[in-house]
Amino acid sequence: MAKSFTQPDDRAQPPVFLASLSQRKTLGGLFQLLAWLATVLAIVILAWLLLDVARQGWSRLDWQFLTSFPSRRAAQAGIVASLTGTFWIMIIVALVSFPVAVGAALYLEEFARDSWFSRLIEININNLAGVPSIIYGLLGLTVFVRIMEPITGGRSLLAGALTLALLILPIIIVATREALRAVPDSIRMAGLAMGGSRWQVVWAHVLPAAFSGILTGMILALSRAIGETAPLIALGALAFVPFTPGCSKEFPYFNPGDIVRCPGDLLHSAFTVMPIQIFNWIGRPQKAFHDNAAAGIIVLMAMLLLMNGGAILLRNRSQGARGKS
Amino acid sequence: MVSLFFLKGHGERPMKLSRQRFSHYALGSVVTLAVALGIGTTNAFSQSSTTIKVDGSSTVYPISEAMAEEFMKQNSGTQVTVGVSGTGGGFKKFCAGETDISNASRPIKKSEIEACKAKGIEYTEIEIGKDALSVVVSTKNTWLTDITIAELKKLWEPDAEKKIMKWNEVNPKWPDTKIALYGPGTDSGTFDYFTAAIVGVEDFSRADYTATEDDNIIAQGVSKDENALGYFGYAYYVENNKILRTVKVNGVEPSETTVNNGAYHPLARSLYIYVKKSSLSSNPKVKAFVEFNLKNARRIVPDIGYVALPESRYTAALKNL
Repeated sequence: MAKSFTQPDDRAQPPVFLASLSQRKTLGGLFQLLAWLATVLAIVILAWLLLDVARQGWSRLDWQFLTSFPSRRAAQAGIVASLTGTFWIMIIVALVSFPVAVGAALYLEEFARDSWFSRLIEININNLAGVPSIIYGLLGLTVFVRIMEPITGGRSLLAGALTLALLILPIIIVATREALRAVPDSIRMAGLAMGGSRWQVVWAHVLPAAFSGILTGMILALSRAIGETAPLIALGALAFVPFTPGCSKEFPYFNPGDIVRCPGDLLHSAFTVMPIQIFNWIGRPQKAFHDNAAAGIIVLMAMLLLMNGGAILLRNRSQGARGKS
Repeated sequence: MVSLFFLKGHGERPMKLSRQRFSHYALGSVVTLAVALGIGTTNAFSQSSTTIKVDGSSTVYPISEAMAEEFMKQNSGTQVTVGVSGTGGGFKKFCAGETDISNASRPIKKSEIEACKAKGIEYTEIEIGKDALSVVVSTKNTWLTDITIAELKKLWEPDAEKKIMKWNEVNPKWPDTKIALYGPGTDSGTFDYFTAAIVGVEDFSRADYTATEDDNIIAQGVSKDENALGYFGYAYYVENNKILRTVKVNGVEPSETTVNNGAYHPLARSLYIYVKKSSLSSNPKVKAFVEFNLKNARRIVPDIGYVALPESRYTAALKNL
């Protein structure tokens, strides 16, 4: 094996045939062991990290922690402001990015002809998916915070959500396109043969068939947005926010109806999110704040697991449905 | 919706289900549109009058956080938000008129004064406390108790890079062991201040040291190695005084007395808050908050790990408001 790597001329030739069966089997076993070790290593490191965080933060994780505002005393501090901030950011990011991303993917997959223009868009979307998140933060600072200030109200929940929506748009578009491609062409053909227009076929057949795939991509993209700190810090999200966005100022501080009851207050509100709160606590000298950070990480991890679990559930459901039909 | 019924056709079961779910989400996007339209019509800045916006240095942040928390306990109608953009980032927002108070771990720079002037932002500078940059070694270290500014310079200047690698190269009395250095990263205001005070030129430092934005890593790193030396704010030393020990600089130990009488020079730095004059005069809550800062600084600043100024300095500042 080493020989073939060192001599580039050999590359085109088929691998050397080993006559001995036991030798081949040993090689196979060795490779399997290596692959197994790679998996185990990744899992062990992850488990170690999780255990370390759990050990440090578990005792801090109680009702008081979940329902208190930030405080200078670590024992009185809590994450309610950042938790509701994260909820709201996720809701608005989903509401904004979903129609735009699905629309763009539909256009590219179902309507666009193969022209230089659509190819240009495609290349750009794929490139955008790889742009570092801090760049989106700087873009958001200029566009949403500064230029669009009359609409967004400056460093507001809306500006933050729009920035994160931009960040995950390419991811959702790519995922949606994959889901649309997985819909068999025969469904489109049948729809068109029945005399339906392209729009009717897409709306009534293609989209519903691809929907759980789209939703999975959406949730995975949101899981990425939930952990982003850099773009929001660049945007100037705050660290100490002693209130929650919206007009629910009493416990439980979070009411999805606020988006209809007081959209102005809500969307223009200052906000903080979990990763920023955690980041802030970790940088403190006092150990008690580090415990708070660990507890915050547990909450964030739980949210992430719930979301990813939801994505898996949706995927399984769609696969089951396809299997039956 | 009409077209949907029209195309329903044979409609296999699973298909129908997901179609129902789909229309739910279609409804969701309609809500988005409605909300987007709603934004334009609602009053944009209904909350700015009762919110005091503070932003700036991460070093001063814990002071402002504590002040804001206690202030809001007494003034329930007022909201104080505190951001952490760094001293420079804070001034950018301050001079753009976006904040009421800017926290700073160094005095305002010429370029920033001009930026404020260009926007017509007038301000009052208030010193809120002092931080003693502490040079620390592990408690395992038995021989390094005193260091001079010249020795620190020899240790940290850019010329030392890859040359001064052993302690006896700095001072022949020190052991022939390898130097391990820890310090804040280049984005930190602490780094700016230390390099200016020790090397003489801001941001001039040797680069072959362990640089981190997390001062806790400096504490951990130094504590485990008897040949290591690091520097950071006094608060981090206080939290880690079981595993770390401060080194006297030019024979002076950092403490409230040496910082306030000027003996701990040049590593004692002032912490400031810059208050926008127009906010002070137009918003009584901002004035109340600044007064609260000055009245409670003697109590709160040391609590956080910084050095408070003598009472007289705060009362003088109160009078000048």
